[in-house]
Amino acid sequence: MNGLTIRPEELLACVIADLIGDVRHVAVGNASPIPAAAALLARERGKLQGLGRPYVSLLQSRKHNFFTDGARELFDCAGQGRIDVFFLSGGQIDGEGNINLVSTGDYDKPKVRFPGSFGSSYLYYVVPKVILFRTEHSRRTLVGKVDFISAPGTSAKNVHRSGGPIALVTNRCLFSFDRARRRFRLDSVHPGHTAEEVADNTGFEFDRPAKVPTTPAPSLATLALMREVVAPQLAEIYPQFVQQVFGVASAASTADNPA
Amino acid sequence: MPLFANTVEEALAPIADGCLLVVPREVSGVPMEATRALVRRGVKRLHLVALPTSSLQADLLIGADCVATLETSAVSLGEFGPAPRFCDAVMRGIIRMMDATCPALHAALQAAEKGVPFMPLRGLIGSDVLKQRPDWKLADNPFGDDDPIVLLPALKPDVALIHAPMADRNGNVWIGRQRELATMAHAAEKTIVTVEKLHDGDLLADPVLAAGTLPGFYVESIALAPRGAWPLPLPDHYPADAAHLAEYARLAATADGFADYLKRYVHEKRAA
Repeated sequence: MNGLTIRPEELLACVIADLIGDVRHVAVGNASPIPAAAALLARERGKLQGLGRPYVSLLQSRKHNFFTDGARELFDCAGQGRIDVFFLSGGQIDGEGNINLVSTGDYDKPKVRFPGSFGSSYLYYVVPKVILFRTEHSRRTLVGKVDFISAPGTSAKNVHRSGGPIALVTNRCLFSFDRARRRFRLDSVHPGHTAEEVADNTGFEFDRPAKVPTTPAPSLATLALMREVVAPQLAEIYPQFVQQVFGVASAASTADNPA
Repeated sequence: MPLFANTVEEALAPIADGCLLVVPREVSGVPMEATRALVRRGVKRLHLVALPTSSLQADLLIGADCVATLETSAVSLGEFGPAPRFCDAVMRGIIRMMDATCPALHAALQAAEKGVPFMPLRGLIGSDVLKQRPDWKLADNPFGDDDPIVLLPALKPDVALIHAPMADRNGNVWIGRQRELATMAHAAEKTIVTVEKLHDGDLLADPVLAAGTLPGFYVESIALAPRGAWPLPLPDHYPADAAHLAEYARLAATADGFADYLKRYVHEKRAA
């Protein structure tokens, strides 16, 4: 693809890589190609700076995953604070950072059933920087109050809570999360989007500065790193995504790519 | 010494109606040939524990009316979309759902593995996952000061059912890095294993292989099932059959389509 056209996926990956910052270990769950691209980008930046971090664990990958003690090792690692960044989403996310991965309507007689909470009811509490990511930014997904709390955005003072949400990234904007005030704040809108449009499409109240900045576009150096170095690594587990976004064909075996 | 069964069906004999059965997640080696055999036999009222999530296996067993209770953290067909029979059954209230979170299932099995009554776990407090699980208790950390923590009762399955790359003639099973399969076997009363092939020699004699071996001591019965995870992947061995999974997702979207799938791929056609 040509150099100056920036795909939305590239912008989001870059926004997330900046949120990751300089940390030791980023883990990414299943079905998360954009967060995975961001984590690999953070790792490549760390290499360029000679930092030798972050470690990146893509849970779906054989190659980018060092765990040898079974599926529980990730959670044991997180419980000790050995995972700095993780990504969560939700069928519903509300203005207090509560996420719902279970169902809408009444739990015993749901209107819509989602897959389930996965590790969220634990990881949300113990991973210091949880980045919420949802590409569908609508009143259907960003709601006033979730119908089911898979994991709460904040906890009572006496509850062990070494982690929680720091931000919510959508196709329209970037929100930061203020844990003390239990509210999101609109930090920037992506190019082509407006604060009014964000408000119209968000089911919860949020704080906003008088003038909302536009999310900065990735630099040419970042784009080059993403396209030339990250994309081929990502193709191992997300061949279709990489083909669509970066136009890179993959020879990676689907043996490493369980659904 | 485990029983070397002549058929998968024979190996599955310990799985009775109403069995508390634990099965692994998709990336660990899911015994799909054995699952189809259970559907053919018409097993009923399973309390199915999927550690910690499931895809085709749980959906198939639910759709075929083999499951009374499902205890897991998520069921989905991944890139092929929602698990249609699971979603349908939950929305119609025809299975009892015990929603969990991944580390809670690992921890509850570890309690059984250690022979202790419960395991504490961080997180969960203030969630509806905890609220919907009256069997999980909130306690005060006896070593702390005003530190509430959730206690999970030990989860001791009647049977663990797994698929692995190979077993030796002493009934030792090589599971490689899929260590949760060992936890399942340690926790369960009985473990049933299907394997791709038999290994000539003693898996425990080679220190490299021994590190990834589940000793036959824990194993009740073993049956050969080449490509026994199909159409799911056996990691490091073969990939998922994406075309088949897409066909499943399409057919299982309706009850009639699912019945057609069962007829074609479970009752009539016994393997790929």
